[in-house]
Amino acid sequence: MATWEYAPAPESRDLARLRTSYGMFVDGEFSSGTGGSFKTVNPATEEVLAEVAEADQGDVDRAVAAARKAHDKTWGPMPPAERGKYLFRIARMVQERSRELAVLESLDNGKPIREARDVDVPLVAAHFFYYAGWADKLGYAGFGPDPRPLGVAGQVIPWNFPLLMAAWKLAPALAAGNTCVLKPAETTPLTALVLAEICQQAGLPPGVVNVLPGAGATGRAVVTHPGVDKVAFTGSTEVGKEIARALAGTAKLLTLELGGKAANIVFDDAPLDQAVEGIVNGIFFNQGHVCCAGSRLLVQESVAEELLDKLKHRLATLRLGDPLDKNTDIGAINSAAQLAKIRELAGVGDAEGATRWSPPCELPEHGYWFPPTLFTGVSQAHRIAREEIFGPVLSVLTFRTPDEAVEKANNTPYGLSAGVWTDKGSRILWMAQRLRAGVVWANTFNKFDPASPFGGFKESGFGREGGRQGLEAYLSAGDTGAAHD
Amino acid sequence: MRASASGGLGDVATSDSSLRRFLHGLPGVDQVGAESRAATLFTRSIKKASKVWALEQAIRMIDLTTLEGQDTPGKVRALCAKARRPDPSDPTTPPVAAVCVYPDLVAVAVEALRGSGVRTASVATAFPSGRATLTTKLVDVAEAIAAGAGEIDMVIDRGAFLSGRLMDVYDEIVAVKAACGDRAHLKVILETGELSTLDNVRRASWLALLAGGDFIKTSTGKVSPAATPPVALTMLQAVRDFEASTGAARGVKVAGGIRSAKDAVRYLVLVNEVAGERWLTPELFRFGASSLLNDLLMQRATQRTGAYSGPDYFTLD
Repeated sequence: MATWEYAPAPESRDLARLRTSYGMFVDGEFSSGTGGSFKTVNPATEEVLAEVAEADQGDVDRAVAAARKAHDKTWGPMPPAERGKYLFRIARMVQERSRELAVLESLDNGKPIREARDVDVPLVAAHFFYYAGWADKLGYAGFGPDPRPLGVAGQVIPWNFPLLMAAWKLAPALAAGNTCVLKPAETTPLTALVLAEICQQAGLPPGVVNVLPGAGATGRAVVTHPGVDKVAFTGSTEVGKEIARALAGTAKLLTLELGGKAANIVFDDAPLDQAVEGIVNGIFFNQGHVCCAGSRLLVQESVAEELLDKLKHRLATLRLGDPLDKNTDIGAINSAAQLAKIRELAGVGDAEGATRWSPPCELPEHGYWFPPTLFTGVSQAHRIAREEIFGPVLSVLTFRTPDEAVEKANNTPYGLSAGVWTDKGSRILWMAQRLRAGVVWANTFNKFDPASPFGGFKESGFGREGGRQGLEAYLSAGDTGAAHD
Repeated sequence: MRASASGGLGDVATSDSSLRRFLHGLPGVDQVGAESRAATLFTRSIKKASKVWALEQAIRMIDLTTLEGQDTPGKVRALCAKARRPDPSDPTTPPVAAVCVYPDLVAVAVEALRGSGVRTASVATAFPSGRATLTTKLVDVAEAIAAGAGEIDMVIDRGAFLSGRLMDVYDEIVAVKAACGDRAHLKVILETGELSTLDNVRRASWLALLAGGDFIKTSTGKVSPAATPPVALTMLQAVRDFEASTGAARGVKVAGGIRSAKDAVRYLVLVNEVAGERWLTPELFRFGASSLLNDLLMQRATQRTGAYSGPDYFTLD
């Protein structure tokens, strides 16, 4: 019998043009700031990648002042079509440096190069292109004839899609005429800093975009700064609640995109082979570090056995390992802390009586790794069916009727996304009307497009990113006020 | 008799409606999802030793084909020489699996391939349209086998399939299979370009497997589109699932439009990751092609010598 082992096919890490140290980006210049520095590591090897400047309160003050000045003097008064030109230029420069950005993202985050190359970076460019087009058409976006920017936006983003989340935050804010102070996550600061360099090379006026690396304290300083008019946060529900409490009673406007525990619902008439792909893409894409991950599989009892057989067969073909290898499907867990959290919750799954299964899968010796895992025999009462694991762990539940599927899918404090798999078009519509989730995918999962709004119900947050709706978070209706009531 | 060809599933083929109930009860195929899965697998990067292995295996899987109105005994003999020794400058090059010709040229091919281990395949059943009576089709098959063909590539009656006369299609395959007996392997050409949807591809695949086809084959090469990645994906899923429910491992042949070594290697990735590693053999996977062979030879030489040569260093037959 033949054996065909794919030879290693690593992308060259030189493409990342990794430097030993990275400064923060304030008022159009890179500087080391006053807050010291921290190290960022490659989660696949635990090797230190670079030393990164850490922003403290003084740096935040400087950045907010620069953003205010830019808003008042250059970016705000600029003709909207001119603002659009800068965004188009940034989009093109992202495309030109796409290989560099993809490799750097894979190194700093641990995600497979295939995903960074084929998903993250193309979506980043698409997002800038999309909102560049809106810049001179804001009067037609449905928020009044002459909507105005809010001012300075303080934006805090997570580590799961470092560059893409930066684009989701910056592109609509800038198109609407705001200026930005962006804090990337402490474990993944590098690509946002290269994006800052792209802004600089695009000739963006100083202060329009400021990027402040740092941890929780830096983020707190950004969102609570009195000079910030608008706060946008993507991350954990726990931190989101903290921010909401801190901002209560202030004039700041807030949008939150938080956690999720999405149901991926497979009916017995579903295209099963494609449903298997959708389940894999739903929970094992980006190691499950996806807020809208399909972490709960709800499968109709009559096809559960057949579907699970196919799913296990498919999981055995997933290739886990070096994220820079072009054939890798599953990369590294982003940090030791996240790995510990995944292990803890998986342990709870065992303790609560669910059955754990992973394909035979060799984990690398160094770095943070967790095998693709599924739990069967899970009930709604189990913690692994309720809490966000944010890792490659799928909880499998069953249902008998469409009503039961809806009931179970909605029975969660979250409401970010859901998936429906069926050949029956009318049932897709029936389900979509009843699912309390910001995004409902039909016969697909984890598909993103800049024209499509994204956001949550309940504890998954509020506000929408993407599409025409994404502009609303960064505009006021001008003279008539009241856009955010 | 019907049941014997299809494991425990034989009783589904008793009438058009029972066949339709079975075939329409198979899970549907979502076109967008199938295309995206095939496209992702096509991004696999196969390098170094794994590439050399794939190139050699692809050569062993080729049905070297000539199916033109202008075919002559001379042309067929030249092709057979190429099939036996694809690269005269490198005797380590493996021979191809088979030479595929029209029935009237089978005897020429058999003679030219004697002792080489390369098999002679013949298209039959009024290839490529299949528009003839069953009697004529069976004579076509019988003559090809009598002339020494070891493999028969039949076409299904797409008109009957599309109009719902599924038993006609089934019975025809059963009859041709009976004519093949144990003297010839049967490849059933679905002509997926005329079936149009992946749901139809899945149903026709199962129909052919139930009726006893040893291989299911995408296309005649006379209709566009011929083999495509999502069609191959769907057919590979069919043989995988058929084996899971009956225990019988059947083959897949992709034909038409595959010209580059790079594409051939990508199809082998599909085979490996969809059907499974054990399908990576000429017994269970074939390429129907002509110009593909020279690109495989050229890429193989490049891997072995480290330098690109040119098309003039490989024979045109």
